Amino acid sequence: MTFRDYNLTGPANARAIASGLVTESWYRTPIDRKVMKALMKRSDHPATRDTIILVVLMIAFAVGAIVVMPSWWALPLWLAYGVLYGSAMDSRWHECGHGTAFKTRWKNTVVYHIACFCMIRDPYCWKYSHVRHHSDTIIVGRDPEVAIMRPVVVVKMILNLFGVLDTIDGVKRMVIHATGRMLDDEQDYVDPVFFPKTYRTARVWMMIYIVTGAAAITLQSWVPLLLIGLPRLYGCWHMVLVGWLQHGGLADNVLDHRLNCRTVYMNPISRFIYWNMNYHVEHHMFPLVPYYRLPELHEVCKFDFPAPNRSILDGYREMLPALWAQRKDPDFHLRRGLPTTAHPYHNGPLAEPQLS
Amino acid sequence: MAQWIDACSVDDVDEEDVIRFDHGDRTFIIVRDHEDNYYCTDGMCTHEDVHLADGLVVEATIECPKHSSIFDCTTGEVETPPACENLCTYPTKVEGDRVFVEI
Ligand code: FES
Repeated sequence: MTFRDYNLTGPANARAIASGLVTESWYRTPIDRKVMKALMKRSDHPATRDTIILVVLMIAFAVGAIVVMPSWWALPLWLAYGVLYGSAMDSRWHECGHGTAFKTRWKNTVVYHIACFCMIRDPYCWKYSHVRHHSDTIIVGRDPEVAIMRPVVVVKMILNLFGVLDTIDGVKRMVIHATGRMLDDEQDYVDPVFFPKTYRTARVWMMIYIVTGAAAITLQSWVPLLLIGLPRLYGCWHMVLVGWLQHGGLADNVLDHRLNCRTVYMNPISRFIYWNMNYHVEHHMFPLVPYYRLPELHEVCKFDFPAPNRSILDGYREMLPALWAQRKDPDFHLRRGLPTTAHPYHNGPLAEPQLS
Repeated sequence: MAQWIDACSVDDVDEEDVIRFDHGDRTFIIVRDHEDNYYCTDGMCTHEDVHLADGLVVEATIECPKHSSIFDCTTGEVETPPACENLCTYPTKVEGDRVFVEI
């Protein structure tokens, strides 16, 4: 059993560099430049439409819930509001962070900052954390966004289904930032020019949370907290459930996104909440392709990728036994077959010789 | 000493697009903007060793294919993070149907 040290400031970081895992030589499916240019083309329309729908739904669910309270009918309305706040905002954070959702830059920026607030993710730290996730995807000691660490600890996963650990971490970081300090891991991947902006953001957010808490106390009502803050906990389950599928049970320390990412066909509601990140191999290999063109990219890349999972359930059927095995054997991982038309896997420098 | 090098034909680069241009042991990009102006900059992103020729050209900017830093091709200036360093730019001229760069 190989011990895994996910600490970015520990020896695993240097080990990953020394073993040649920190490199630009990731595998990319060859795609004709004209086709790729068309796939990368931006438009404001899909993200504007989706953002209007999102905002209207959030207002409608929240107003509806407040109006029918204290009836039990408020419960599904709050849960629906919560999913849009605690899960849809994650994908908005993600896409706008890449700058690909909207063609107009300021629109990406505005939605990004709102989504960061909802998810309690500092806009600058998480920009750089995600940059690192794309550079060193699931490279142990380098990737700050490994959702399921090995050996798998089931209790941790259950707690995170309700955002407990992530929220505690987000609040802890916000408080530390508000006092004008950065954490050690952030110093490894965030450009220091952004530290002052991080401190300012944390102070503004703390003020918003204090005002929200004060409103709840003054009004003797849960409503302010159900609107701001708590949905990060009670609404994140969708983000977590689909997020685990991104890399769960697959290889780590490889240089081919076909080995460490999973593409899963999903229902239209999940795809709206998730902004098509179910096409995850495609996204990692070509991050400049906006979410609304990922289905087209998927068709172009199909010949070179392992078969996608047919549904969320199918993805879990594949992933859960692997996660269960990883409780005891952190080296265990899935290796899916490639179609005959595909180029061979690019395993990277740590590949075992018998693997093709 | 810098000299004018025949880099490509004007038609080798589509409108609002980019091609890679290697010269000696160096790599550059030739960018054509939406108004048929041509620019030459370093070919590798200043953030990590990624070829900008795989990126996205919008008007006279190029966006890195890896982490989306945007560079102004007229000045080389970086407009969005994570890159912090500007690109070097090189003079270009069009003569007949050829694009020349001074490198
Ligand atoms: S490699 Fe170009 S922005 Fe990161």
